[in-house]
Amino acid sequence: MIQAIAFYIFATVVIVSAGLTIASRNPVHSVMWLILAFFNAAGLMVLCGAEFIAMLLVIVYVGAVAVLFLFVVMMLDIEVAAMRAGFARYLPLGLALAVALLAEVIIAFQAWSVGGVQLAARAAPIAPEVSNIQAIGNLLYTRYLFIFEGAGLVLLVAMIGAIVLTHRKRGGVRPQNIAKQNARQPHEAIRNINQPIGQGVEL
Amino acid sequence: MTAFFNTTLGLPYGWAWAIATLVGILAIALPLMLAVAMVIYVDRKIWAAMALRRGPNVVGPFGLLQSFADGLKVFLQETIVPSAANRGLFLLAPIITFTVALIVWAVVPFQPGVVVANINVGLLYVLAASSLGVYGVILSGWASNSKYPFYSALRAAAQMVSYEVAIGFILISVVMWSGSFNLTDIVEAQKSVLGIPVNGFFLNPLLFPMAVMFFISALAETQRAPFDLTEAESELVAGYQTEYSSMSFALFWLGEYANVILMCALNAILFWGGYLPPFDWAPLYVVPGIVWLLLKMCFFFFVFSWVKATVPRYRYDQLMRLGWKVFLPVSLFWVFLVSGVLMYARVGVPA
Repeated sequence: MIQAIAFYIFATVVIVSAGLTIASRNPVHSVMWLILAFFNAAGLMVLCGAEFIAMLLVIVYVGAVAVLFLFVVMMLDIEVAAMRAGFARYLPLGLALAVALLAEVIIAFQAWSVGGVQLAARAAPIAPEVSNIQAIGNLLYTRYLFIFEGAGLVLLVAMIGAIVLTHRKRGGVRPQNIAKQNARQPHEAIRNINQPIGQGVEL
Repeated sequence: MTAFFNTTLGLPYGWAWAIATLVGILAIALPLMLAVAMVIYVDRKIWAAMALRRGPNVVGPFGLLQSFADGLKVFLQETIVPSAANRGLFLLAPIITFTVALIVWAVVPFQPGVVVANINVGLLYVLAASSLGVYGVILSGWASNSKYPFYSALRAAAQMVSYEVAIGFILISVVMWSGSFNLTDIVEAQKSVLGIPVNGFFLNPLLFPMAVMFFISALAETQRAPFDLTEAESELVAGYQTEYSSMSFALFWLGEYANVILMCALNAILFWGGYLPPFDWAPLYVVPGIVWLLLKMCFFFFVFSWVKATVPRYRYDQLMRLGWKVFLPVSLFWVFLVSGVLMYARVGVPA
């Protein structure tokens, strides 16, 4: 009973906030609705018993990705009229995407009505007393080890690529040399002088 | 407690569960609010003592009621929403800060078994909830539609995201050593570290540097001095709180101190033995665990105030450098080191 109520609350909020992400005029509001959608999707994951995935969803998407979105969107100079201008131009592409997604949903429902996926035939059935994290770890570091490490390598390459693309040497900058600042001694920086009256200080 | 409502009072299980959870939440939230009020008073007294002043000493005996007088004052003030502000988000921001500061307490164990939600992914839940805390600050800065709060919001976003990375790695090394994400299991794993009858991971020479780094990161994460650049009063008026008044300001204030107390509790739980007595000696277990936990939290709160009273504020580039160029590489290296040592100890093969 409690599960059913929780499911319908989470599911409704996900769908409504996803719709509002598209519909709201202000990009900052859009990002906020998106965050609400992520958050409730995490709630759905908890209901499925996948608490590890749920927490990762909140940490990665809500805690990091959406913060970056918000960061960028906040600095935009928002002009609603200019944003509406591209509407007609992108309409065909948008419609094509919508048709593709609709087709996928229909195919999925048709396949589902034939019968559920055979869960008992999974590669590694999970014992009920093993916690989520242990189960995922056991699978990732044995059966899917090479795929997992390959994914890690792809991410590393992407990270280095992003740094290489955006990093450029700029002239005319004087960065802080912290080690030099810390190594500075009083006798290099301070000078005691007996200044005669009526004269400027010699630098 | 569910069993009490279910069997003794004869309620159906669903109702018993709901009432027990509600009672548990109130039993944490209400003393916490009282603790926040007292902690602000203690904070001001400690700064005053370190600056050779008297501190609050007018309202009530020794000024003990000062925080309640302040609370009453903000409660009676008018809530002002700037006309150019984004009204909905402006009012939502303090609510987010306050709520997020409260929800983390659900997984904090006060004694063996005394915890609202004893979940397997407790530590991940703490990370997830603390990563939400940044939204209150960012939204308040943007929605105020004012320059200084906006600067403060940008600083806060960068600062909290940077230090969360280091905190993540520090927590990973604790998790590897204790073998669980559950906070109660982490505390229990700290009994007699390395065969010495002292409770707490700080005794482990591999984890002690992590304990120090976690404390510093906790200062940065709660935006306490010396990392309080988001509300640097010499540059940004009051930072993201500049446009707030009355209860909306009070919610920020309560959330901030609730977060500080939480970080004290996490320091105690993760590295200093939580509700376990300091020494693994049978007579000490007679004292209830919550007393030990509160004593450790009081000690860490004193250190928080001590740091605030004595350390000058960081420059912004120094703050970023410390996060990304010092804490991140060191904690990442430490994860390798700890996992290597554990691999060697448990499997016997150099990994």
